[in-house]
Amino acid sequence: MFRRHALTLAVLTASSFGLAQEPVAEVAYALDTMMFLIAALLVAFMQPGFALLEAGLHSSRNVVNIFMKNIADFAVAGLAYWAIGYTIMYAGAGLFLSTLEIDGYAPSADFFFQMVFAATAATIVSGAIGGRMKFAAYLIFSVIMTGLIYPFLGAWQWGGGWLSQLGFADFAGSSVVHAVGGFAALGAVLAIGPRMGRYSGGKARAMPGHNLAYAGLGVFLLWIGWFGFNGGSQLAFSTAADAAAVADIFLNTNLAAAAGGISALLVSWALFKKPDISMTINGVLGGLVSITAGPDVVVGLSAVLAGAIGGAIVVFSVLMFDRLRVDDPVGAISVHGVAGIWGTAAVGIFGGANLGIQLLGTLSYSAAALVAGFVIFTILKYTVGLRVSAEEEAMGLDVAEHGIPAYTNDDGIGAPVFVGSGD
Amino acid sequence: MKLITALIRPERLPAVKEALFDAGVRGITISKVSGHGGQAGQTETYRGSQFVVEFREKVKLEIAVTEPFLEPAIDAITQAARTGNVGDGKIFVQPLERVVRIRTGESDDSALTPVQS
Repeated sequence: MFRRHALTLAVLTASSFGLAQEPVAEVAYALDTMMFLIAALLVAFMQPGFALLEAGLHSSRNVVNIFMKNIADFAVAGLAYWAIGYTIMYAGAGLFLSTLEIDGYAPSADFFFQMVFAATAATIVSGAIGGRMKFAAYLIFSVIMTGLIYPFLGAWQWGGGWLSQLGFADFAGSSVVHAVGGFAALGAVLAIGPRMGRYSGGKARAMPGHNLAYAGLGVFLLWIGWFGFNGGSQLAFSTAADAAAVADIFLNTNLAAAAGGISALLVSWALFKKPDISMTINGVLGGLVSITAGPDVVVGLSAVLAGAIGGAIVVFSVLMFDRLRVDDPVGAISVHGVAGIWGTAAVGIFGGANLGIQLLGTLSYSAAALVAGFVIFTILKYTVGLRVSAEEEAMGLDVAEHGIPAYTNDDGIGAPVFVGSGD
Repeated sequence: MKLITALIRPERLPAVKEALFDAGVRGITISKVSGHGGQAGQTETYRGSQFVVEFREKVKLEIAVTEPFLEPAIDAITQAARTGNVGDGKIFVQPLERVVRIRTGESDDSALTPVQS
């Protein structure tokens, strides 16, 4: 408290003594720009987080494919969102950012920060449809998602569209990013169907992830990256008030993540007699998604409650989708979609926004993304083809689609032996 | 008493295990192996160079059974492991001279009888 007060005084003194305004404005420009860049880098760190989480929760025969999809996603977003996406979402930037102008901080920093959000929305889908989708079809989807769907839907709120005019509140994107990604994933899964053997013989069969340490490392990266996601969404840092707001956002974000993790841990312990790692991981993420719509207004105990409820919702939602035979190997639909709806509603319950408008907004986003995901995947199904053959699926996408397994033994006994050239 | 050694496709293992359990066969040892039968090598690519992985990954099952379980076990493996393509694997059956259950010292048929069935 004292420190914040002192800083405000120093700023006031500088301006009241008539010191050159110019350097102060320049420092503010530099500080705000730096905040955008650092926050964007943190969000970019969510990409390896997603890649590891998804790879860990899939079989060892689909690791190359998961990483290729995540690497390609980030590259595609960097180009598609630059070429067309950004100007669809924030009108006036022009194709290839040709007419991008922003006052107060570097325009490129703003683009970079928004681009990593688009990449996040796309990458949410990759884990849900993992283990059975053609790589070529996924690449096409990735372009459409980052270049068209996400920007078009994002414009409703962050581009000054109809939802923002209604007073809809979604600070960092529980709906705009997470519900959109999660429900696009649901549409995609409905179109592509479950993995082979997942629901054979009339019962759901568990297909455990091949490396839960990867999944654990993935959730740590996502948790850390989320501070950039929510903190950076303050969009300013150069005044004492903004800096304090960002710090509060960090705190509320962490409270919700911690509460979501603990709540999923306890719920899974009560349900399954063991504290379950995959559910705990998803609980942390569910808590984070739950606070993302209002880390500025859902504070303290409310942030804890929002996160804890989000973590519990995720556990039950994962079980429900399993029962409905919607095969989502990583729980992306529950974590991003269902918790996204809850997080957006939570701003109405705890944060003073209009609950009706919050629900209208989040359900509009969810429905639009669900339809978009289903329609695009269905079009892909009847054009380039969506699914690999049963034989390729059994072999694993690493060898079938990319020609190389992720893991090769060097022990010379159980390992394949390489002989000669292919032809 | 017979020792069944079966080489199967790794992806058929869950189905084979289930078929064996359904047939009442207990006591299975499983190992990952690589081997070479009639199936062509698998072509892989790394940085543009192609190479053939001549030895395919397989799973080896070793099952010691009493005579009444021999045919059910063979049937279960054959049906569950078959895809109809080259590379489905083989089953070898050998006579067993002696079996001892370490825990109790029981030998032969009584050492092979499932503890609970």
